[in-house]
Amino acid sequence: MNGLTQAFSDAFALLTGFDQQVAGIVLLSLRVSGLAVLFGTLLGLPLGACLGVGRFPGRTALVVILNGCMGLPSVVVGVVVYLLLSRSGPLGELGLLYSPTAMVVAQSLLVVPLMAAIARQVVEDAWREYEEELTAMRFGWFDSVRVLLHDCRHSLLVAVLAGLGRAMSEVGAVMIVGGNIDRSTRTMTTAIALETSKGDLPLAIALGLVLLSVILLLNGFAHALRQWALRRYA
Amino acid sequence: MRADDVVPAPSLFPLRIHELRWQAGGRAVLDGLSMELGGEGITILLGPNGAGKSVLLRTLCGLLEADSGEIHWGGDGGRPEFGVAMVFQQPKMLRDSVLANVELALRPQRVPAAERRQRARAVLERVGLVHRADDGARGLSGGERQRLALARAWVTRPRLLLLDEPTASLDPSSVEAIERIVREIRTEGTRILMTTHNLGQATRLADDVVFMDAGRVCEHAPVQRFFARPASQAARLYIQGELPWRMAF
Repeated sequence: MNGLTQAFSDAFALLTGFDQQVAGIVLLSLRVSGLAVLFGTLLGLPLGACLGVGRFPGRTALVVILNGCMGLPSVVVGVVVYLLLSRSGPLGELGLLYSPTAMVVAQSLLVVPLMAAIARQVVEDAWREYEEELTAMRFGWFDSVRVLLHDCRHSLLVAVLAGLGRAMSEVGAVMIVGGNIDRSTRTMTTAIALETSKGDLPLAIALGLVLLSVILLLNGFAHALRQWALRRYA
Repeated sequence: MRADDVVPAPSLFPLRIHELRWQAGGRAVLDGLSMELGGEGITILLGPNGAGKSVLLRTLCGLLEADSGEIHWGGDGGRPEFGVAMVFQQPKMLRDSVLANVELALRPQRVPAAERRQRARAVLERVGLVHRADDGARGLSGGERQRLALARAWVTRPRLLLLDEPTASLDPSSVEAIERIVREIRTEGTRILMTTHNLGQATRLADDVVFMDAGRVCEHAPVQRFFARPASQAARLYIQGELPWRMAF
């Protein structure tokens, strides 16, 4: 019990002392996950919205595949990206393996389908509601997607949060393609896994607290935004 | 391109509908419907539930494709891209401001943003909602929401306005407000085709009445003659409230 108390005490000391190592790991994690979520927002949300509105042969199969990709095992994605970026792989010449860029690629592959699948469901429900109105106003397919993406913006925050949650809590893929290299590709999750296995609990606890705080803060902000939107737009 | 350029000249009329058929679930909802509309006034579509009134409006609006038959739109007979607007019984509003919901209707016509805003404000003024322009559209009452739906249609300056029971479930003062707006829209030269079950409203608004039953037009007559001397037995029974109710699909 004393050991645990001491570990927490040391963890708080690391946080309040603005430990350089902790700060570096946190910033890298935020950068990698933030970029993955940005790609998810720019690619996944429009892709999901297009699937939600569009009616074309093969759409059902695409929706099933997309929904299936929500549960992609991160280690499998890690291995695939590793094979692509390794020296003998098709993209090996880029020299991206064990770099933050490789981690962004891996996380994006996990986040984009997840955000697209949620966006597809949200936008499809809205399309059912607005289809007659928008068609009567002569909105084409592309303009309908734009209108619905804007109309569902507060609901789509859920997709962004889900993407962020997946990216920030992900450990398998970034461990494989990033290599968990100190001061280079070590993120909060990979550092926690490593430090715990080494028995260095204070650093693991400190990073865990930061990780939880970031997730809670962003969820709190999103919740407040949704509440404001509900009051503003009923 | 300005909106005024794309709204067609009065070439939608006469609107000729010939032998229109549309089936759902094996039942003929429109069963060889034929009628003709001139370019002015308010025509009220009357008829029991399931007569095909709403389906006819949706077909004219391009939301449904008839199984067979022809719709000939004045001029060259082709369906115009713009110039037809529709207001639904339960209009859907975007999660945005009242003003944004009206501006929305002008986007397909590629009207510049500044002109969209100016025209939307002007039409909100006319339907008595300009003081709520910045409020959320979904927070409006039923009557206000229906006025907003009319504003959204009116702002496009349609040549033909299709109204599907726009006053159903509204209180008398809201009904009066809607009827006043409908008359104003008509005064500006928009042809109106409207469904209602409110016979009093039909006498107040209509220039002529089309009575439908079982997917066909039974009678098309000036409003006073229709109510004074209905020519068909079905119309007589309907006016007296005795037409047997038919199962809608």
